[in-house]
Amino acid sequence: MNDTIAAISTPLGVGAISIIRVSGDDAIEIVKKIYKGKDLSKVKSHTINYGHIYEKEKLIDEVLVSVMLKPNTFTKENIVEINSHGGIATTNKILELLLSNGCRLAEPGEFTKRAFLNGRIDLIEAEGVMDLINAKTEKQVELAVNQVNGYTSNLIKELREKLVSMIANINVNIDYPEYDDIKEVTNKDILNKLDEIKSSIKKVLNSSKDNQLINEGIKTAIIGSPNVGKSSILNKLLDEDKAIVTDIPGTTRDIVEGNILINGIMLKIIDTAGIRKTNDYVENIGVEKSLNLINEADLIIYVLNNNEEITEEEKNLYEQIKNKKHLIIINKIDLPKKIDYSSLDKNKIIKISALDDNCIEIIKEKIKELFNLEELNNIDLTYLSNSRSISLLNQSLEKINEIEKSLKNELPIDFIEIDLRSIWNILGEIIGETYKEELLDELFSRFCLGK
Amino acid sequence: MYDVIVVGGGHAGCEASLATSRKNHKTLLVTGNIKNIADMPCNPSIGGSAKGIVVREIDALGGEMGRNADKSLLQIKMLNSAKGPAVRSLRAQADKITYPKEMLKTLNNQENLEILEAIVEDLIVEDGQVKGIILENGEKINSKCVILTTGTYLKADILIGSTRERKGPHGEKPSNHLSDKLKEYGFTIKRLKTGTPQRIDKNSIDFSKTKIEEGDKNYLSFSFDNKYYYDVNNQQPCYLIYTQPETHQIIKENLNKSSMYGGLDDIKGIGPRYCPSIEDKIVRFADKERHQLFLEPESLYYDDIYIQGFSTSMPKDIQEKMVHSLPGLENAKILKYAYAIEYDAIDSKQLKQSLETKVLKNLFTAGQINGTSGYEEAACQGLIAGINAALKLEGKEPLILKRNEAYIGVLIDDLVTKGVIDPYRLLTSRAEYRLLLRHDNADMRLTEYGYNCGLIDEKRYKEFNNKKKNIAELINELKNNKLVVKEEVNNFLQSLNSTPIKDGITLYDLLKRPEIKISNLKQYIKEYPQDVLEQVEINIKYEGYIKKAEQEAKKMIDLDLKLIPDDINYDKIHNLASEAKQKLKTIKPTSIGQAMRISGVNPVDISLLMIYIKKEYHNESK
Repeated sequence: MNDTIAAISTPLGVGAISIIRVSGDDAIEIVKKIYKGKDLSKVKSHTINYGHIYEKEKLIDEVLVSVMLKPNTFTKENIVEINSHGGIATTNKILELLLSNGCRLAEPGEFTKRAFLNGRIDLIEAEGVMDLINAKTEKQVELAVNQVNGYTSNLIKELREKLVSMIANINVNIDYPEYDDIKEVTNKDILNKLDEIKSSIKKVLNSSKDNQLINEGIKTAIIGSPNVGKSSILNKLLDEDKAIVTDIPGTTRDIVEGNILINGIMLKIIDTAGIRKTNDYVENIGVEKSLNLINEADLIIYVLNNNEEITEEEKNLYEQIKNKKHLIIINKIDLPKKIDYSSLDKNKIIKISALDDNCIEIIKEKIKELFNLEELNNIDLTYLSNSRSISLLNQSLEKINEIEKSLKNELPIDFIEIDLRSIWNILGEIIGETYKEELLDELFSRFCLGK
Repeated sequence: MYDVIVVGGGHAGCEASLATSRKNHKTLLVTGNIKNIADMPCNPSIGGSAKGIVVREIDALGGEMGRNADKSLLQIKMLNSAKGPAVRSLRAQADKITYPKEMLKTLNNQENLEILEAIVEDLIVEDGQVKGIILENGEKINSKCVILTTGTYLKADILIGSTRERKGPHGEKPSNHLSDKLKEYGFTIKRLKTGTPQRIDKNSIDFSKTKIEEGDKNYLSFSFDNKYYYDVNNQQPCYLIYTQPETHQIIKENLNKSSMYGGLDDIKGIGPRYCPSIEDKIVRFADKERHQLFLEPESLYYDDIYIQGFSTSMPKDIQEKMVHSLPGLENAKILKYAYAIEYDAIDSKQLKQSLETKVLKNLFTAGQINGTSGYEEAACQGLIAGINAALKLEGKEPLILKRNEAYIGVLIDDLVTKGVIDPYRLLTSRAEYRLLLRHDNADMRLTEYGYNCGLIDEKRYKEFNNKKKNIAELINELKNNKLVVKEEVNNFLQSLNSTPIKDGITLYDLLKRPEIKISNLKQYIKEYPQDVLEQVEINIKYEGYIKKAEQEAKKMIDLDLKLIPDDINYDKIHNLASEAKQKLKTIKPTSIGQAMRISGVNPVDISLLMIYIKKEYHNESK
């Protein structure tokens, strides 16, 4: 019960600063793994320390970290609190990093529960904790239902099924070595199966678009003919949010021109330099090049000039984007209207003047609407469980890599089995099943053994 | 007046009575037939996967099975020697004449131990505490503690085809009333079943049609005494054969004659899943064309050969046909027919971790009566029950081995926490910390306990401490001894197909390379005994995995240290799920850790339980 737990303890996405709280014996050790700055195990208790959170070599955020050593803390355990720069994406990234480095996601009310169990909270207050736990139980049930959808949970069941048959076979090899007519599992068998499992896990990780949005941000391309005002809109967007623009390099190979946060979700503007360049020679607009850019993007902002008629090229470009998530900006409404946009999707159109300071708010509102960002923000609980699932899936992937390494190092099969079993357990955690008996049943039902 | 009465002279009973008498408690061993003491009514082997490790654990705690098996070896080998160190285990063929004879000798030479031939039919019980036993003839014998190790002898029924006869494995008289009496005292009685194959006259088998299976070519022993009573070059072989299409045909055609498939309509006993009869195998694995069978010698002193894998409850005439369909057994003479046996057992969830029953104070049970199967499983429980009965008489805390300390701990925890449905056999897969529970380190894990209990003598304890000292020394030596970059060093590494070094490397780190064995490093280190080298090599090579297992185990121990008071009233805990409540009430876990291992008790229930203990329980008891 005294493992180290972590959770975001401020409302998500709203405040300028988010606090992620970590409590437990290994709190400092775990935070140290993702933090660069003063050695947290050497700083005094109840101090605030400046530093940075890293995912491997990648900078995630500039943070202040409070270190509070037991017993004088809320839970009577070691507590580390990370003050980060708000926003769902960053905050969750940090939480995710903590989870994959050894923290467990705290259950609702668990900090309070620990405070109680460790004798921090007065006995009279316990009644309240009881209520809390009971109330949260219902929530948990709800959560469990929402957490993993049928598709994912079936897929995970399938993966576990694959694992369990491998594990059972290895165990039969171990427990009944004299039976030479039962197939001996080889390293190659394991590698093949793991390959399948690995690609399935990756698929699950990618399948959840929402998670991707939250974790990786919305890749946005601003396209349009020259002089329609792309640059001024871009600069305005970036300018407007200069205070919260982060310089995190993109996770993909895209060259990102800038990041802005809308409701805590990262909008990553893809460099459209290439397309702008060709735009200098209108006749050279390569459909292919636009296509590539369009395919990569999660969101296309298509800018048109109110003061000009739509050209053939612009019509062609529109054909390419109309089935993607897109937004049409009719710019320069301060100039006389010459454009006829009756053939465009009315719901996607916003009319602005890039010179108007309010125009950015209008664009942001539309993007929020388009991606349901308000809603994303309100389903924080579900989201958290997802972030738990994601971190568990990532853990499984890491374990698979470890196994591949172990196999290379010629470790005996019974060691490999230990790792397989832990993957099986991790996957079980996602769907709430970790019964050991399953394994034994499998052993007895699948193999013919006896004296 | 005895201190302890042990009822039953099988493997559990022998260990139990030796443990209590060696701990200077006046002990009476009551057996239905002195000739059957330490009998091996089923297979002629000791050890096997996981079980072999249990024998080592028994030995490290000061039990007898390992030493006794060493005296009666026909053949011995190390299983899984090509796999990792954690799953290696000894398996031996033991002489069915020598093993009991040697054990009886040990019992007869033991001070404080008397043996009585009688059938026990009831207990003397006063105020929920056992005070002795009542024999078949009504005679009462008083004692402070009683240990029941009745094996299959509670209402034993031998089943062959459509016949059911009330008798034990050798036709002896079983106890007809003891299990009814236990039921009256409050025990839940369940019916279990097991079976055994035919014994064949060696002279009637054509061994040329079989594949020979030899023992290992190096000397091996179960006991840490490391004494060898056998000739490694003169071991008895076993033989491998396979069932034939004809065998399957005969079984399929006569299935309804088997006791289990319609021959008898009153079968209540649940048989072991891991040890199905041949008809079970053919029904359940219909697509399997053949099944492996082993022909195993039972003794040097008579001609019986045991057909491992062929247990059945078919009628005798069908058994004749089945046996004669096997290669090499066309003209085989059956000396003893296969049979199934049904017997009464108690619900092991009514036991404490000490193997004392929760129903009657000072009553302990061990072996098949607790729902297990196997000689080794029985013996280790007998030993623990004996130790704990003695400790109780001495007013001391019981010896409870944890799941990360011994297979014995896994077995007992499974019994009392999860209970059994079919007869329980130990498997390596039942242990979550397999890596810590190895064959090679059983002495490291348990000698200290054995010594503290008074069952390990000074000589053995000194040897153990020496080994410990040597291990520490060698590890130090390897850590402090650095190889520097030199041509001869790199030549040496290359000769072992190992990458040359560019910086200095300690022997300790070098040993972590998969291709380097400790035997390769002998030129750089002092001389050490083989078992020390082995121990150190395993600990260094697999350090990462072992550490991980230790961390996992620590989590469990912490939870096992959070105790649940004996007199807790689960009805007072609000909101506890009713399934959890009911399970907790029957099993009465002693710790939060144990409670968590009960299936059907959820994390929320555990939270509620912990809060109740913290808050209300202590308030109420004030």
